[in-house]
Amino acid sequence: MQMISVRNIAKSYGDHRVLDGVSLEVGKGEVVCIIGPSGSGKSTLLRCVNGLESYDEGEVAIDGEPVHRERKSIHAIRSEVGMVFQRFNLFPHRTALENVMEGPVYVKGEPRAAARERAASLLAKVGLASKLDAYPAKLSGGQQQRVAIARALAMQPKAILFDEPTSALDPELVGEVLKVMLTLAREGMTMLVVTHEMGFAAEVAHRVLFLDHGRIVEEGTPQQILADPKHERTRDFLQRVLKPV
Amino acid sequence: MQAFLRDAQDFLPILLKGCVVTVELTLGALVLSTLLGFVWALLRLSPTRVLSLPAIGIITVIRGIPILVQLFYIYFVLPDLGIQLSAFQAGIIGLGIAYSAYQAENFRAGIEAVDPGQIEAAQSLGMRPALIMRRVVLPQAIRVFLPPYGNTMIMMLKDSSIASAITVAELTRGGQLIAASTFKNMTVFTLVALLYLAMSLPLTYLAHRLERAFGRK
Repeated sequence: MQMISVRNIAKSYGDHRVLDGVSLEVGKGEVVCIIGPSGSGKSTLLRCVNGLESYDEGEVAIDGEPVHRERKSIHAIRSEVGMVFQRFNLFPHRTALENVMEGPVYVKGEPRAAARERAASLLAKVGLASKLDAYPAKLSGGQQQRVAIARALAMQPKAILFDEPTSALDPELVGEVLKVMLTLAREGMTMLVVTHEMGFAAEVAHRVLFLDHGRIVEEGTPQQILADPKHERTRDFLQRVLKPV
Repeated sequence: MQAFLRDAQDFLPILLKGCVVTVELTLGALVLSTLLGFVWALLRLSPTRVLSLPAIGIITVIRGIPILVQLFYIYFVLPDLGIQLSAFQAGIIGLGIAYSAYQAENFRAGIEAVDPGQIEAAQSLGMRPALIMRRVVLPQAIRVFLPPYGNTMIMMLKDSSIASAITVAELTRGGQLIAASTFKNMTVFTLVALLYLAMSLPLTYLAHRLERAFGRK
C-alpha cells in the first residue's frame, strides 16, 4: 500500500483554482520532491496531506487512512505524519530538548524520562548534542531547522512532509539541514519535500514532480525531469532556477 | 499641621477598616473579571459564530454602560427580580462584570498575537485544540497580556471607590461618612487620597516588574 496517496484533489480560493486535480503517490521509504514556481500550489498540496488545509474535491489518504480536516481522526493521523516548516515554528518558550519532547509527552503520553532520553539522542543525531538546553532564539536558522526535524522524528512518523525547509535559511546554513535530510532519506524515511534545492532533488529524490498552476505538468526520475525535461514549462522553470541571470 | 495629625489619629482606624474592604473588593472583582474575561475571550475567538457573536454582544454591552450604572442595576434592580445581594456582593459582581470586558479584549489581543505558525506546528504534532491552548498559545500570549494586566489591577483598585455609591463600606465611603459628620473635608480626603496612593504603589511596582519580565521580546 502507498504511504501517501493523493487522488485528484482540487481546491479553490474564490475564483482562483490553487489545486486543479492533483494526484500523487509516495510509497514506503520513497523520497518525492515537488518543484515548481511560487504560487503553483506546492505548499497548499503539502498542507492538504496532513489536513492543515482543507480540499474541495478528491481524496487524500495516509497509510490507507482518509485525511479530513474536520474529522476527529485527524489528530491521530497528524501524530503519525511529521511536518517541517519553512519558518521552523519551534516553540520559542521551550528549550530545544523540550521542543522535541513536547509531542511524545503530551500527545502520546510517553513517560518524561524516556522521552527526554530519546529527544536527547535525536538532537545528537542532528548534530545538536551541545544545544539541548538552548532556547530557539539562541540558535541559528540551520540549528533551529534541525531541532524542528528532530521534533518531527520524535513522533516516530510514518512519513515527513517538508515545506521548503531551507528557503528561509542563509545560504551557508542550507547544507547542514540538507545533510540531515539526506541521512533520513538513506535510512528509509518516507519523505515528501517541497523544495527549490535542485541539487538535493537530483541526489536524493526517487521521483520529482513539477507543479504549475495547480497541476502536475511532468513527473519522473530526477534525471528525466532535471536533465531532460519534456515539457516547455518545466524547461523554462529550470532555466530560471539554475541560471537566474 | 498638628490639628491634621490629631484628626488623622482619630480617623485612621476607621479609614483603615475601609482599606481592608477596598482590598477585598478589588481582589474579588479581579478574580471574577479574570475568569469571566477569559471565558469571553475564548468564546469571542471561537470559529463558530454561535459562540463568537454572543460574546461580541456581551463585551459591547458591558463596555457601553458606565460602571456606576451597572452597579446601580445590580444593587437596586435585581432585587425586583428576586435576586437579593449585599452591597459588598453587588460591588464585587458589578466591578467584576464591568472589568471582564476589558480583560477579555486584553486576553484576546494576547492570544491573537501568537504566530499562527505556532498553532500549525502544534497541530502537525497531533495536538488537540485544548492542549494547543494550554501548552503553546497561553504561555506565549501571557507575555502580551501580563503588562496591561498590571495596569488593570491599579485601575480596579481606584475604581472600587465607585462601589461607595451603593453603600459598600470601603475607603471612599468611610471618608464620606467621616467628612459628613466632622466637616473636616481637607483632612479626611487628603488621608483617603494618600491611602489609595499607598495601596497602589505595590501594584505599580508589580506592574513594572511584570512589564520587565514579560514585556520584552
